[in-house]
Amino acid sequence: MSDTAAAGAAQVAHGHHEELGFLRTYVFSTDHKMIGRQFLFLGLFMLLIGGLLAMMVRWQLAWPETPVPGASWIPEPYLYDGVIPPNTYNSLFTMHATIMIFFVVMPIMVGSFGNFLIPLMIGTRDMAFPKLNLLSFWVGAVSGVIMLASFFVAGGPAASGWTGYATLSARAQYTGVEWGQNLWIISLLILGISSLMGSINYITTIINMRAPGMTYFRMPLTIWSLFITAILLLLALPVLTAALAMLLFDRTLGTSFFLPEGGGEPLLWQHMFWFFGHPEVYILVLPAMGVTSDLLSTFSRKPIFGYHAMAFSMIAIAFLSWTVWGHHMFVSGMNPLLGTAFMMTTMVIAVPSAIKTFNWLGTLWGGSIRLTTPMLFALGFVSNFLIGGLSGIFMASTPVDIFIHDTYYIVAHFHYVVAGIIFALFAAVYYWFPKMFGRMMNEGLGKIHFVLTYIFFNGAFFPMHFLGVGGHMRRIYNPMQYEFLQPMQHWNVFITVSALILGASQVFFLFNFFWSLFAGKKAERNPWQANTLEWVAPTPTPHGNFEVQPVVYRGPYEYSSPEVKEDWLPQDKNLGTGAAARAH
Amino acid sequence: MLQWLPENVSTFGGEIDSLFYLIYYITAATFVLVTVLMVLFLVMFREQPGRRATYSHGNTSLEIIWTIIPAAILIVLSFMSVSTWAKVKRQAPDSDFELQVAAKQFNWEVVYPGADGKFGTDDDVKFDNDLHVPVNKVVRVQLSAKDVIHSFFLPNLRLKQDAVPGRTILVWFEATKPGKYEIPCAELCGFGHSGMKGWLHVHTPEEYAKWAGENLAAKAQ
Repeated sequence: MSDTAAAGAAQVAHGHHEELGFLRTYVFSTDHKMIGRQFLFLGLFMLLIGGLLAMMVRWQLAWPETPVPGASWIPEPYLYDGVIPPNTYNSLFTMHATIMIFFVVMPIMVGSFGNFLIPLMIGTRDMAFPKLNLLSFWVGAVSGVIMLASFFVAGGPAASGWTGYATLSARAQYTGVEWGQNLWIISLLILGISSLMGSINYITTIINMRAPGMTYFRMPLTIWSLFITAILLLLALPVLTAALAMLLFDRTLGTSFFLPEGGGEPLLWQHMFWFFGHPEVYILVLPAMGVTSDLLSTFSRKPIFGYHAMAFSMIAIAFLSWTVWGHHMFVSGMNPLLGTAFMMTTMVIAVPSAIKTFNWLGTLWGGSIRLTTPMLFALGFVSNFLIGGLSGIFMASTPVDIFIHDTYYIVAHFHYVVAGIIFALFAAVYYWFPKMFGRMMNEGLGKIHFVLTYIFFNGAFFPMHFLGVGGHMRRIYNPMQYEFLQPMQHWNVFITVSALILGASQVFFLFNFFWSLFAGKKAERNPWQANTLEWVAPTPTPHGNFEVQPVVYRGPYEYSSPEVKEDWLPQDKNLGTGAAARAH
Repeated sequence: MLQWLPENVSTFGGEIDSLFYLIYYITAATFVLVTVLMVLFLVMFREQPGRRATYSHGNTSLEIIWTIIPAAILIVLSFMSVSTWAKVKRQAPDSDFELQVAAKQFNWEVVYPGADGKFGTDDDVKFDNDLHVPVNKVVRVQLSAKDVIHSFFLPNLRLKQDAVPGRTILVWFEATKPGKYEIPCAELCGFGHSGMKGWLHVHTPEEYAKWAGENLAAKAQ
């Protein structure tokens, strides 16, 4: 379908295009909505794999060197009669993290919701570059295949942590992993290309294709968050790409970027990795913050508290995220003076997140709160992010970090913030499922899913703070090897049992999701009575999205406005002027 | 939560623990405040027939307050942290007790300089994984790594320092109580990372003299 069809009047749904056939509709689509669904399925599939890997890690920590139930079919040298050896253990947590960060959170929050929502929420027909969009998904999918393929090569998959520190990662002989690590690098290099293509599309679309009347400060915060995230990706990924290329060359071409015996510097890897890596974690969390803001407002029937501050605080977080990377390296051997500097910047970056948390509270105050499943998960984001953010303050203080660096205190911290993201991810799925798939997910199952996930998430990760305080190191395969850790082993058991139940609880989500795809209650156009433009488009949404080009008259948060008797007021509703408007 | 902290036997450990406790009280109070308010609001402002939500876009004064107060607390915390960090990482006191520790897959190789007080000479004495030091004495360690990054972690001394190939990093501590303390490696260093650990033996001066007499003088090679 040609995108050059008369631009002006033709921003309308194409009701009469030629049939595209199965492949062009479902596999090689240029429609942002289908691409959004494809990213969602990719991400959910990878979530299962990432979750199973975590269950194996947890099994080993609670009951070291006992066979993992159901895993006896996995052959040597991966497992030995179901027992995980140290090499495999190192691969398990490496691949768990890599998959969750790069193949679950990014594809779902940025790839899926970014793609699906941006054109709809800004009131336009598709992305600026639909073919580039198609490429971005398929390049990402190829990257995923390569990452999964790395499980099956001789020497096993990558085993240097998702952070891949040199020199462990720079020479195959240090880990015994050869092509597994190389494929890990190549997969991420390719995924970077996919994300860059997506970023270019998102930025161009948001700048150029907003509906008439949609100024920047009438965009929903979900769009703000995706816009800022896309800019961060554009700037951060090239640094990772460069570092990965240098690492690959050290491994395969005999260079010495990170190898001291050739004049290289191991710390250079850390600087480059974290210069990308810190903005990366904000790339992960910003869309979750945007979605949370929108959902809290919608389900409190109240404008978001401090919309401008919410937008500016995300911009501040993004800007500051470039200045804090050294806080991952306080004890790395870099000059301690840098430690002091990075401590200061890290303390500062906590401020905009604090503002957001208080503004979320302010949004709830005085509201008319509906505790739907998406709302419960959005509140879960706030709760988990609160704990994760507060625990970050401990590690920001350099002297305290001397003790807690590389312990389970850190693991607790990042899982709480990431859990927050997963809760926002679930909130977004439940919320936009009706628009994506034309049906509602089941509310009862959704609430059960929420309660179980919330309880067992906290059961799994809160005690990790205790382990960290006790000095329990990260990435060790058998805590019982250490006398000082043995008294805390019961926490490892408690955590594992919680984690197993947490994993099992996801069956409520999976069943609900797939069952609702085919048999859920058919969704009306705007089941949540929300103000944003995606709910103006019909359900199911055709190519081109809108029957008539929406024109925007107000911001997205005019809930309980005195101008109308309903407690919601869509962005595109024209109230006219004068007496006729007052009569509404 | 902080009951799980290992016993502190380090001269600078008390400062680190104090900061830990301070941050703990501040964050715990914040957590309780925000959580209580959130639950309260969810109950008080649940949807009820006949009540419309308050149509408000925010309150700038409140926002200013809850920007300034956290910022002030965080800035104070960072200034309070500066001196302890400098003391541990930049201001190693002089001492005549200096060791070399080289980390390798998967051992701590400890070198005593021997009677001549110099490293790299014939009277150096080497051990795998055992450090013996006297109590109440500043110990300086020249930390290095032979292959990959390891991390020298003494939980009871509140000390951690990555050992990086290609550089030698000076680390110091002063133990305040005799005992036997584990030295785990705290940076993923390969398949033997788990279980890579040494022992720090802190002796009374008499015990140390006895140990040194038996192990340092006699082993001159």
